[in-house]
Amino acid sequence: MKSGIASYGTYIPRFRIRVEEIARVWGENPQNVKGGLGVYQKSVPDLDEDTATISVEAAREAIARAGINPLEIGAIFVGSESHPYAVKPTATVVGDAIGAGNNFHAADFEFACKAGTAGIQACMGMVKSGMIKYGLAIGSDTSQSAPGDPLEYSASAGGAAFIIGSDNLIAEIEATSSFTSDTPDFWRREGQPYPSHGGRFTGIPAYFRHVTSAAKELMENLGYRPSDFDYAVFHQPNGKFPVRVARILGFTDEQIKQGLVVRYVGNTYSGSSILGLSAILDVAKPGDRILLVSFGSGAGSDAFSIVVTENIEEFPRKPSVWDKINSGVHVDYSTYLKLRKKIKLR
Amino acid sequence: MERVAIIGVGQSEFGELWDRGFRDIVLSAGVEAIEDAGLEGKEIEAMYVGNMSGGRYLDQEHIAALIADYSGLAELNVPSTRVEGADASGGLALRQAYLAVASGVHDIVIAAGAEKVTDVGSEMTTDIMASSADREWEGFVGATLPALYALIARMHFIRYDTTPEDLAMVSVKNHRNGALNPKAQFRREIKVEDVMRSPFVADPLRLLDCAPLSDGAAAVIIANERVARQLTDSPVYITACTQASDYLALQNRKDITTMEAVRKASELAYKTAKMTPRDIDVVEVHDSFTIAEILAYEDLGFVEKGKGATLIREGITELDGELPVNTSGGLKSCGHAVGATGIRQAVEITYQLRGKAGKRQVDAETGLSLNIGGTGATAVVTIFEVR
Repeated sequence: MKSGIASYGTYIPRFRIRVEEIARVWGENPQNVKGGLGVYQKSVPDLDEDTATISVEAAREAIARAGINPLEIGAIFVGSESHPYAVKPTATVVGDAIGAGNNFHAADFEFACKAGTAGIQACMGMVKSGMIKYGLAIGSDTSQSAPGDPLEYSASAGGAAFIIGSDNLIAEIEATSSFTSDTPDFWRREGQPYPSHGGRFTGIPAYFRHVTSAAKELMENLGYRPSDFDYAVFHQPNGKFPVRVARILGFTDEQIKQGLVVRYVGNTYSGSSILGLSAILDVAKPGDRILLVSFGSGAGSDAFSIVVTENIEEFPRKPSVWDKINSGVHVDYSTYLKLRKKIKLR
Repeated sequence: MERVAIIGVGQSEFGELWDRGFRDIVLSAGVEAIEDAGLEGKEIEAMYVGNMSGGRYLDQEHIAALIADYSGLAELNVPSTRVEGADASGGLALRQAYLAVASGVHDIVIAAGAEKVTDVGSEMTTDIMASSADREWEGFVGATLPALYALIARMHFIRYDTTPEDLAMVSVKNHRNGALNPKAQFRREIKVEDVMRSPFVADPLRLLDCAPLSDGAAAVIIANERVARQLTDSPVYITACTQASDYLALQNRKDITTMEAVRKASELAYKTAKMTPRDIDVVEVHDSFTIAEILAYEDLGFVEKGKGATLIREGITELDGELPVNTSGGLKSCGHAVGATGIRQAVEITYQLRGKAGKRQVDAETGLSLNIGGTGATAVVTIFEVR
């Protein structure tokens, strides 16, 4: 049985903060930061927004667009590294909020920035085996970064929800493959407020090794070359890595441009690569083939080959991801601190 | 005193060797040196190892025994000694090996240097390097190694007409040379504008004025002249290997723009080798920061104090200049594997004097290397000749 994307929805919090504003506070040269990271601004969640609310918003949009009966969703997986509770799932909150009833499989996933695509793979398995009709896979985060840490320029908030099914698909997933290893490039232990990272170790041995390996494996299995894809989207921890990895793999800037959202929204972690995929689906035409490769620290990559079907033409795709990104309201650093609950009140 | 020669050299790749362990890196350099010398290994009578901070970088002391073990020398119960002098540790190991052979105690010994720095994060690395300066009088009040070199640079700017662009030119030259060295960490050319645009590490020193801290190892096999003549047609003689010390903290020195240890060690080296600075054909100096290379020009006697920048401005120390300096790329481009650097410099001079330096080959029959610990409280100067 085939499986693929029956619908998708996204959510990006309304607030933005510019690199210049963060750099001003920390005495850094904003041009150096922008040049070094390839990020110009990032999204900032409101005080009452968290991974659960972002997930619900994205899921509601996905359901509304396809007109799917929530009771037909047989599985909900929420991938995040900022679940509001350490113990107590986000997936149950989402299930209740969207009216999925009680007869659904649910679990929270965590795999740094790739828990969302892990959820898509789990849903594909359940759909293909006939266990469920639709599965809802969400990747969303309100990612943490310590004030003054370079991560502060990029760690943002947002998410995307994908309804995986086998009929009436807007895009078929031709194949998926993963590349996984025990690589300690980025981590956060229980109880720690902010993650730690291994500096440049997050680059070649982590991001580049996993993304290129998963992508090559998938393309070899399918007998595809980069030129067989109309679009490609890679995990976007910053604006540099996805551009470089695309060049390493032989993709053109034109192929990745539409999905490269990180420069204006930041790194939405579990939402990152699938927010980029959503931006591509926003404009894709029937027959377009898309390569999606996620990356999660610790470490692993999931690669997907996705072919857009004719159903995309009737599918409601507004407001687009880029509309949402461009409609933000900029805040200053002190407002940012308030929104991120970094001001100690008593 | 026996005449002493280098009969084999080996060097690992320098860089962020994430997928290679300390033992593996050391072994690759050691094996290359032993093979280069045409030895089996069991002829080696003693081992000297330069390593700055295995205790903090790796939580591993007793480095000398570890290396002897993994080199297959434990089976032979070969004595192995670690020496430490911050980033002059490699130079000290070379000197201990030189003394052991010159004195007639041993016929063939190995001198190695090794460091694995990427198992800890960059903050820890900065702190470990700061321990090569005076912890109580400098480190505790916030001075890191780049900060101390920045003070030296500022004073040099004030007292002489040295400029940030002069420092940048040192980095540009070393990158140009390193681009030709297959074992260098940063094998790419840069421009003066790139240096001047890079962020400050400690004003006036920018990122591209500072050598990286690298993983790497190097080894040389040292023998007396009799053994050397039996084993190789291309021995490189060490005609002087001298060492001197200076005040640990900058504040106690009469002049922070002069490295007295470098002056003293080089004066003695020239005297021992019966040479003058004019007789030297190729040089490797300790450019942990670009200002250190300018100081080295002066303190090694190649130019009078305060005129160091003229050598870089006039292209004298370029690959095609009268006195090529850091043909390997130096610490800046080849990489600075701390305790390995002093040995790595000897490897480069050996390549040059053998005529085996590939695209970076210069015309040379004599060479000099300068290895410095911290801000110059330890200096080792070695003179090499093929005649």
